[in-house]
Amino acid sequence: MQPFKYIKVPDTPAAIRAAGINQAKFIAGGTNVLDLMKLDIEKPRQLVDINQLSLYKIEELQNGGIRVGALVKNSDLAYNPAIKKNYPLLSEAILSGASPQLRNMATTGGNLMQRTRCPYFYSTDFACNKRVPGSGCAAISGYNRMNAVLGTSDHCIATHPSDMCVAMAALGAVIHVQGAKGTRAIPFADFHLLPGQTPHLEHNLKADELITHVELPPLAYAARSHYLKVRDRASYEFALTSAAVALDIQNGIIKAARVALGGVGTKPWRSIAAEQVLTGLPPNTASYQKAADTAMLDAKPNKDNAYKIELAKRTLVRALTTTGEIS
Amino acid sequence: MDNSQEDQEAQKTGTTRRQFLGQVGLASAGLQLVPLLSKAGSMLPDNEAAPAEPVTVSLMVNGSRKTLTLDTRVTLLDALREKLQMTGSKKGCDHGQCGACTVLADGRRINSCLHLAVMCEGTEVTTIEGLAKGEELHPMQAAFLKHDGFQCGYCTPGQICSAVGLVREGHAHTDEEIREQMSGNICRCGAYNNILDAIKEVQTA
Ligand SMILES: Cc1cc2nc3c(=O)[nH]c(=O)nc-3n(C[C@H](O)[C@H](O)[C@H](O)COP(=O)(O)OP(=O)(O)OC[C@H]3O[C@@H](n4cnc5c(N)ncnc54)[C@H](O)[C@@H]3O)c2cc1C
Ligand code: SF4
Ligand code: FES
Ligand code: FES
Repeated sequence: MQPFKYIKVPDTPAAIRAAGINQAKFIAGGTNVLDLMKLDIEKPRQLVDINQLSLYKIEELQNGGIRVGALVKNSDLAYNPAIKKNYPLLSEAILSGASPQLRNMATTGGNLMQRTRCPYFYSTDFACNKRVPGSGCAAISGYNRMNAVLGTSDHCIATHPSDMCVAMAALGAVIHVQGAKGTRAIPFADFHLLPGQTPHLEHNLKADELITHVELPPLAYAARSHYLKVRDRASYEFALTSAAVALDIQNGIIKAARVALGGVGTKPWRSIAAEQVLTGLPPNTASYQKAADTAMLDAKPNKDNAYKIELAKRTLVRALTTTGEIS
Repeated sequence: MDNSQEDQEAQKTGTTRRQFLGQVGLASAGLQLVPLLSKAGSMLPDNEAAPAEPVTVSLMVNGSRKTLTLDTRVTLLDALREKLQMTGSKKGCDHGQCGACTVLADGRRINSCLHLAVMCEGTEVTTIEGLAKGEELHPMQAAFLKHDGFQCGYCTPGQICSAVGLVREGHAHTDEEIREQMSGNICRCGAYNNILDAIKEVQTA
């Protein structure tokens, strides 16, 4: 790990001032940034500890939505009664990720910003456009069983690893940030970037911008929702595929649906096309299968990950079936 | 963060990094490869900044206050083991993957290998050394002994701290839930069934 200066800031303005200089990085839970610093993948000269900021609240809003502070721990969010009741898919997604210890440390903001687990990104012995722009992508020609099939480019095929983000993508959460130039609200779909020719650019934040909170919009039918994660072992493992879904079923017809996939995309992957296919159909296997085929229509496999296309479809069909049966 | 670096660069040079890479193509890619190919290169500081000064931190560990002067890079785990000679907490992976380093921070279980010591000012840290009351074992320690919840013992301090945290959190009731909630602690000896029995005994007591 490279030496760095450690600064503990008391409030948001101080955090923003400290962030813009000296290749600074914020540290919240530390579970991703320290992991990467130990491996010399991230080398900030200054670490800005934001844990003193008062961003720990989960507030129910007048409009029926919920506002989540950036420092709310993943475990506190997952077990929050209002989240469990109104957005079960989010609670389930978070609890399917990492371990209880890590969830006690990890924060909402840090989870949004976590970086890929692509093994070649994690080893400085290999070429990786994300780690060293322009150096090449060892995964494309290498062992790519864990890599993405949607949203990939010739420069990077890394998956976005977060479970929480898949549920937030389905919900259409809004990320609120504050920087030297003021505040902004970023729709979830615009927050993470596709790799394109610049896989090292992963999100929409400026250097001095801090995530202050995430707003979950009101979505009454999200009470009927579910997150399903498929992985190599039963627990404590990243997704091979996952699906976050919500269904609005009235009089035996799907009135509206939300569908997002994890483990397959270079960013948390909402499929509006699959949602549109489901709308107006009866909640049955044929409809779910149609939605799954639509969601994976543009999938592009590599040498070792073609299995993910079928697995993702089955994961989605299963998640929709379970959700459809929720009374 | 990279976006705005690009903005700043664009302001300075009238071109963005992206355009620049496009313009010079392979020449620039070759330059980027240098640090990748030379391992030693990655050990050198990235800019001229002097190494960070050591900092003084006051830790509350098992009820007693310890003041330490540390390099900012020292994790809570290394501070406990190397500076305070409290070697009960173990280092398995040093990357949050095994749970051997689990301690309680303000009563909640965390991985001390992914937490900086300097961040612990004001936190009550409890390690395996702090669970017993004098000669009287913590009920979880006694239950691990009774049920043979270990073989080599390397993962055990982490397992016990994690189990204490699990009971306090109160989210695990069935066998399946307890197993899931203990999944952050790996045991190479495979003492899982006995660990489960130990936790159940404490929970029902
Ligand atoms: C062994 C292991 C297994 C894991 N398994 C899973 C899994 O199965 N599923 C899953 O989803 N995740 C998993 N994770 C990842 C984990 O969820 C993330 O590490 C965690 O969510 C990061 O949150 P943090 O608060 O610790 O972030 P930090 O490490 O503190 O920060 C991460 C990044 O976010 C930035 N940041 C933090 N807060 C803010 C803010 N408010 N504004 C702007 N930038 C900010 C930091 O500068 C840094 O770049 C796993 C991690 C480990 C170590
Ligand atoms: S897939 Fe992306 S992260 Fe993985 S090696 Fe290629 S460029 Fe790097
Ligand atoms: S040493 Fe901390 S989790 Fe393995
Ligand atoms: S007792 Fe040996 S690793 Fe668990």
